[in-house]
Amino acid sequence: MNNITNVLEGRNLVKRYGSVTAMDGADFDLRRGEILAVIGDNGAGKSSLIKALSGAMIPDSGVIKLDGNPISFKSPMDARNSGIETVYQNLAVSPSLGIANNLFLGRERRRPGILGSVFRMLDRKAMEDEAKEKLSELGLLTIQNINQAVETLSGGQRQGVAVARAAAFAKHVVIMDEPTAALGVKESRRVLNLIKDVRDRGLSVVLISHNMPHVFEVADRIHIHRLGKRVAIIKPSTHTMNDAVSIMTGAMNPEDHQAGAFAD
Amino acid sequence: MATPLSASKQEAAQHELVAASATGNFASFEAEKLSFMERAHRFFHQHPTAAPAIVLLLAIAAFSFIIGDRFLHPYNMSLILQQVTIIGILGIAQTLIILTAGIDLSVGAIMVLTSVIMGRMAIDIGLPPFAALGIGLFAGAVCGYINGLLVTFFRLPPFIVTLGTWNIFFALNLWYSKSETIRSQAIDSVAPLLHWTGHTVEFFGAKLSYGSLLMLALFLLVWYLLNWTAWGRHVYATGDDPAAARLAGIRTDRVLLSVYVAAGIICAIGAWALIGRIGSVSPQAGMMANLDSITAVVIGGCSLFGGRGAIFGTLIGALVVGVFRNGLALAGVDVLWQEFTVGLLIIVAVGMDQWIRKV
Repeated sequence: MNNITNVLEGRNLVKRYGSVTAMDGADFDLRRGEILAVIGDNGAGKSSLIKALSGAMIPDSGVIKLDGNPISFKSPMDARNSGIETVYQNLAVSPSLGIANNLFLGRERRRPGILGSVFRMLDRKAMEDEAKEKLSELGLLTIQNINQAVETLSGGQRQGVAVARAAAFAKHVVIMDEPTAALGVKESRRVLNLIKDVRDRGLSVVLISHNMPHVFEVADRIHIHRLGKRVAIIKPSTHTMNDAVSIMTGAMNPEDHQAGAFAD
Repeated sequence: MATPLSASKQEAAQHELVAASATGNFASFEAEKLSFMERAHRFFHQHPTAAPAIVLLLAIAAFSFIIGDRFLHPYNMSLILQQVTIIGILGIAQTLIILTAGIDLSVGAIMVLTSVIMGRMAIDIGLPPFAALGIGLFAGAVCGYINGLLVTFFRLPPFIVTLGTWNIFFALNLWYSKSETIRSQAIDSVAPLLHWTGHTVEFFGAKLSYGSLLMLALFLLVWYLLNWTAWGRHVYATGDDPAAARLAGIRTDRVLLSVYVAAGIICAIGAWALIGRIGSVSPQAGMMANLDSITAVVIGGCSLFGGRGAIFGTLIGALVVGVFRNGLALAGVDVLWQEFTVGLLIIVAVGMDQWIRKV
């Protein structure tokens, strides 16, 4: 295992809520330019792991490294500033604001010169142009009106906007929490393609999903979480969905597979 | 687990089958055939001020038809503008609060309290008029800050907070003014600056007061802030979905606090306009201003659920009320029917909002 290729890693992460142990010495490895799916049964502690990585929660102990450097996020803003963007399950878009406004929400561009510095004037044109550019990079430019309210878009289009925002600003990692959970088959397909596009642009993607066919289709590696820690990393090419579910539920002993998967 | 073990492979195959047939662009719009109602809905959804603007134009047309030139005369038009000045200014403050999904019942009380402070500072204490004005504006900011702090830091609902501070500010106003009115002559001789908002300029037979012009300038300023600064976008986002705004990195508590402070300052500007309009400083003035400002905002198409609405809608909303009151009065209709009409307009406006908000 070569640490240099890891863009984000966690070692021995622990988080306790009273008597409940959400993370029990969890490890995590994300390589550059890969899609890593994180699967696990409800209550296995995946969301705690993801929260720790995205800055939404501070672990009690353990180390998180970004590009080999130890980091400690105090808030999601810290993670964002370090180049880790998260697409939340509830999307975190503002329904009545337009697409361009949503893309730049919280990091608006101001006009150059005195208009921006003294009058705090937004550079709407630049933001709209850049929003169009970002959307077209991801094949989403068929959205005609960049100022259209996000609530008037379909579920897949909204997800597209949320993914585009994350991809546009992420320098290292995009974390996606159940991006296809609320979508129909057609729209899921397009979002999965979008996730591959994001990876192909050189970013690393963490995909949290319950949908095994989706996971097996797009993931390069699959991190299986059980009882607060990682029990195995498998590859879609060497394991079946049944294997994954068996390991996840404890029906299969992960030790039989772990070594092989770590090796490559 | 979304997929049962045995069925997962089968489902995957099915998934691929359906997915393969999905060839369209990811975010394309099918050429939709829209019914008239759907098109109307989309139009009103995109243009929140359209509905009140149509009502205003229809009302003006109807009253000019019924009453004739007396109604349309520039003097009467400017009179309407003067009559809505106070409510318009408080409506600006109210719009900011309502955009954040809050409500401010204390705007009128802040206005009266700060007008008394301005008057007493200038007349009783003998401070220079501009200093009295400045202290009044500062007092407005403090009142707003108290509201904002209770809403953000103590997490109390805005309705209850401002219901409480409405009473508190009004009681302080009675205490500080000793329930006495400061007479207009006294203000004229010592602090004419406080009367500046009541002076008028002639303009093609119209008598525009500086107070009305101040109101229009404030509308423009707040329009700019809401539409052309990041702060304005954050105000909308905070009212729209606070959780989403926080996840997008917006410090919503800070935004809320700034909105309440701004509203307090705007109410104090309203106090200045109030002194100019009624001439004296009376602790009993503007009793109905709290609710009238909400009326203007609601008729102006702002959603009480936050995040939706435009600042100029409130100006139109205030004008709609002003036009109806003025027109019905000129037509010789009993005052009670003015109240009746305003009540009707509020209900229609809120009904419209419920329909428009549906996507």
